[in-house]
Amino acid sequence: MEFGPHLLLATLEGAIGAAVLALMAVGLSIVFGIMRVVNVAHGEFYMLGAVIAWWITSLIGGHPAYGFVVALIVAPLLVGAIAALADHLVLRRIDYDPERTIVATIGLLYVLQQLTLMTFGADARPVEAPFNKRIALPWFENGADGFAMYWPWGLSTTTYKLAVIAAAVVVLIGLWLLMTRTRAGLIMRATQLNRDMALAHGIPVEKVYALVFGLGAAIAALAAVLIVPIQQAHYLMGGDPLLLSFIVVIIGGLGSIPGTIVAAILIGMSDGIISVFFSPTLAKILATLLVAFVLIFRPQGLFGKRES
Amino acid sequence: MSTSSNTKLKALGLHLSIIAVLAVSFLVLPEYHSGIIARVLILAIYAMGYNLLFGYTGLLSLGHALFFASGMYGLGLAMQYLNAPPLVGLIAGLGFAAFVSAVIGFLALRTTGVAFMIVTLMFAQAGYLTILLMGEYTRGDEGFVIKQSQRMIAGFDLSHATNRYFVSVFLFGFCLLIIGWIVQSGFGKTLVAIRENEERARMLGYNVQLHKWIAVVISGTMSGAAGAAYALLFGYVGGTFATVQYSIFPLLYVLLGGAGTTIGPLIGALFMFYLIDISSEFTSAYLLVAGVALILLTLFAPQGIAGMLRKRVIRWLP
Amino acid sequence: MTDIKDSLFQPNRRRALKTLAVGAGTVAAAGMLPGLPGYNQAHSAEPIRIGFQVHRTGIGAAYGRWYDRTTEACVAKINAEGGINGRPIEIVAEDDGTDPKRGAEVVEKFASQHKCDVSFGTLFSHVVYGSAPRAGELKMPYFVVSEGHHVASGKLNRYTLQPGITDVKSQVQAMAPFISENLGKKVTMIYPDFAFGHDHRDYFSAAFEAQGGTILEKIAIPPTETSFTKYFPKIPRETEVIYHVMVGPAVLTFVKEMGEFFGPSRPEIFGFIDSLEAVDMTSPGLEFLDGTYFWEGMPRYAQEDQSEFDKAYREAVGVDENGASVSDSKDVSTFAHMFGCWETLHIIKAGMEAADYQGAADRSKLIEAVEAMSDMPHSHAHPQGAKVFNGKTHQTFGHQYISKVEGGKLVLAHTTSIEDTLYEDEVDYTTQSF
Repeated sequence: MEFGPHLLLATLEGAIGAAVLALMAVGLSIVFGIMRVVNVAHGEFYMLGAVIAWWITSLIGGHPAYGFVVALIVAPLLVGAIAALADHLVLRRIDYDPERTIVATIGLLYVLQQLTLMTFGADARPVEAPFNKRIALPWFENGADGFAMYWPWGLSTTTYKLAVIAAAVVVLIGLWLLMTRTRAGLIMRATQLNRDMALAHGIPVEKVYALVFGLGAAIAALAAVLIVPIQQAHYLMGGDPLLLSFIVVIIGGLGSIPGTIVAAILIGMSDGIISVFFSPTLAKILATLLVAFVLIFRPQGLFGKRES
Repeated sequence: MSTSSNTKLKALGLHLSIIAVLAVSFLVLPEYHSGIIARVLILAIYAMGYNLLFGYTGLLSLGHALFFASGMYGLGLAMQYLNAPPLVGLIAGLGFAAFVSAVIGFLALRTTGVAFMIVTLMFAQAGYLTILLMGEYTRGDEGFVIKQSQRMIAGFDLSHATNRYFVSVFLFGFCLLIIGWIVQSGFGKTLVAIRENEERARMLGYNVQLHKWIAVVISGTMSGAAGAAYALLFGYVGGTFATVQYSIFPLLYVLLGGAGTTIGPLIGALFMFYLIDISSEFTSAYLLVAGVALILLTLFAPQGIAGMLRKRVIRWLP
Repeated sequence: MTDIKDSLFQPNRRRALKTLAVGAGTVAAAGMLPGLPGYNQAHSAEPIRIGFQVHRTGIGAAYGRWYDRTTEACVAKINAEGGINGRPIEIVAEDDGTDPKRGAEVVEKFASQHKCDVSFGTLFSHVVYGSAPRAGELKMPYFVVSEGHHVASGKLNRYTLQPGITDVKSQVQAMAPFISENLGKKVTMIYPDFAFGHDHRDYFSAAFEAQGGTILEKIAIPPTETSFTKYFPKIPRETEVIYHVMVGPAVLTFVKEMGEFFGPSRPEIFGFIDSLEAVDMTSPGLEFLDGTYFWEGMPRYAQEDQSEFDKAYREAVGVDENGASVSDSKDVSTFAHMFGCWETLHIIKAGMEAADYQGAADRSKLIEAVEAMSDMPHSHAHPQGAKVFNGKTHQTFGHQYISKVEGGKLVLAHTTSIEDTLYEDEVDYTTQSF
């Protein structure tokens, strides 16, 4: 494929990756920012979202859109409830100690993975998209007959992929409104700024934590429901998104939601675009090193404030 | 001063008795378990190296698999392609791990906290992908076998069960004594001071960056030693050992056994191995058992097993 | 779903005992009916213990589940027919987590704790590499079912054999004539960027160039990749044939995105069924595969001229004519690979009977007996087809199948000869001492 169309295709693919990554990472970022803990099981909440989506769509017959819409609502709620329960049973009892939370959530990761393997099985299972039409894309070329439009071989996307990008944008705007324009958002931000002060002002910090943990997991599950018609539900699918969203949160600057979104776009897109110029594995190595060097030269992340 | 030297003696005594117990155990352990202990000791060396950085210096790395793999491939490639004898291979492995950790330490220590976690994670990931990219020599994920005939030191067959056991006890003991000595030394005390309050340590006139860098190099080299020893004793070199999973293992061992204790890594590695091995006898859902056990431990033994011992029973535990 | 749950919750020991009970029951029954063949040595009805290294968790779990079912079915069959030298087989299964370190530990466990006679069953190559040195040191015969070229390449040892499944080198080179004669001369290869993919790259390009074809581009996809569209533009426009092979949980995404990329104007496509192993061919998004070709280790769909051996084998394992579980038509088997477990167990039986195997002391006799094997005719023991075992390289050779997708089913289009799959020996294990 010629360079121009190739770049366009890689950019589109990168945008889909970035959209899903942004959702997933914002979920982690909210937890990280407000509760100051690393949730290693975040990827498993994502995986659960996908698996529950498969389960719901296979229960509900008829047009694939019915099951998908139900999954879009039920999966995040269910996963959020599971996360809130885990917070209540475990994290609260270890007082959100950062190191112990890591071990406890690794434990949770094992538990969720194994339970899924035992009930759902080891196969990757597809979910049919509610709609999926291939759209061939045109490209412009200044050829012998002047400026002309043509349809390069392979340059295409699907309606569903475009819808995923749109849906991610809508959810992110909704989250931003929730955090900045509502009382719940105010309470969360107050808890983030100073836990003791929030406690002194009568904010039920424990409840806020459980809700935040549930909200973070629910967003991850939502991201998974969106992606599962493109990829498949599989019990090991949480690993890579966890690492990537973890990276995005740090690069964006701890607890900064705009930073997280910018970083998700940067990392998602660079993964697509670097692959235009290098062989696939080399591209991955370079994208990985890029992240390392951004942090080496800007340890506080792109949007973080340097600690004094 | 006398209490301090008293503590030092007690610690040395403890370490020597552990080594002695391990050596004598061979006589009573069934074959399967002595084979397993040999492997667990190598993993405990890895965890001890990790613990120096995490438990004593307070730097949480998510990329130690890179150092483990550096030692493993340093030895493996030298033996496979240059026909190096085991001791030369061991030196190559250690040297390569020391070099890699010196470079990574230099770069990564410009960051702290979570950024340090990510930078080490990224370098390790890049290292793993490089192993795949260089598949022609490394054989990628599949790895390669070091022939039994090559794993001999002056007629001493390292693949023989008894020899392997005592070589791993020797290596483990050697590393345990080194760690015991380091943490009791002025250098080790400075590391702990950095962990507790970096700013204060700097104001007291310590070169904090240099201390941290040396800690990374020692920690990385010891992890590399474990990787090289694994390849030599068990005859296999492969990319799997450079994956994230193998960076998480020493963190897990150390947190379970007790961060910032000399014997924690051994306890954690033993505990984790037998937890999985024994539960896998009863159910194939052994990860479920492991997961629940981890959660219970964080709830009821927050400082790890050795940490709890230090808090409740043996206050002088090194 | 429920049977997955059962098999996971069931303790290994109990399951082993169940298998044992079946065998012991048959032996006891045979004892009351003197004169039945195969029970002349009923006095030593101590079971033969076979350690089964199985991928129950980790990346290989989808394959492991079917290896497990095939093994259980085969053991039940052999035991019902009188076991090995009148002794029932007892399977001792251990999960290796699809990890080379755990794999080695599992082999140690078989040898020194479970006191198994032999070990068998591994699929993923890195687990074979990690475990084989320990098997050699413990002098434990290690029968792998992996299709890797590791055994025949000479990198392992005298105790490691692969008699029940052909290796990737012979599979790949046997495809080259068919592709160049029927599909096209200009090929672009897409494969995973690790050793298994590199074997495809190296052996196929050599064989294809020998046929006068050219490889235009070699696209190696990093492992753990979950989206593939961005790599497809690297396919040169003049490509006549796409050769694809992919493994892991993202295979369906890979094939679907390939279809979306090409749209209505695809080149010829030839794939290894690994790219869709355990995946339903009627999954949404796979319609474009109609008219493309796949290598199959053994045809997933029962063909018109189905052999009686194939029929009996499917029945025993519980697989229907579409290659799916008889109890759940969405639960598609790893049909192109799992026959290897069935055939390997029969070879272990034949080897032990030929060597008059009594116990661990006869392990080297067992290896020699297997090394002495050569022709294995198409039969109930070898439902995939006839095979020729090479005792020097410890590797078996056999027919390969090429199927065409027609109406969402795989229809056999060509069967290669065994000669197509042969290559020069790279090792002679029989010169190594025990």
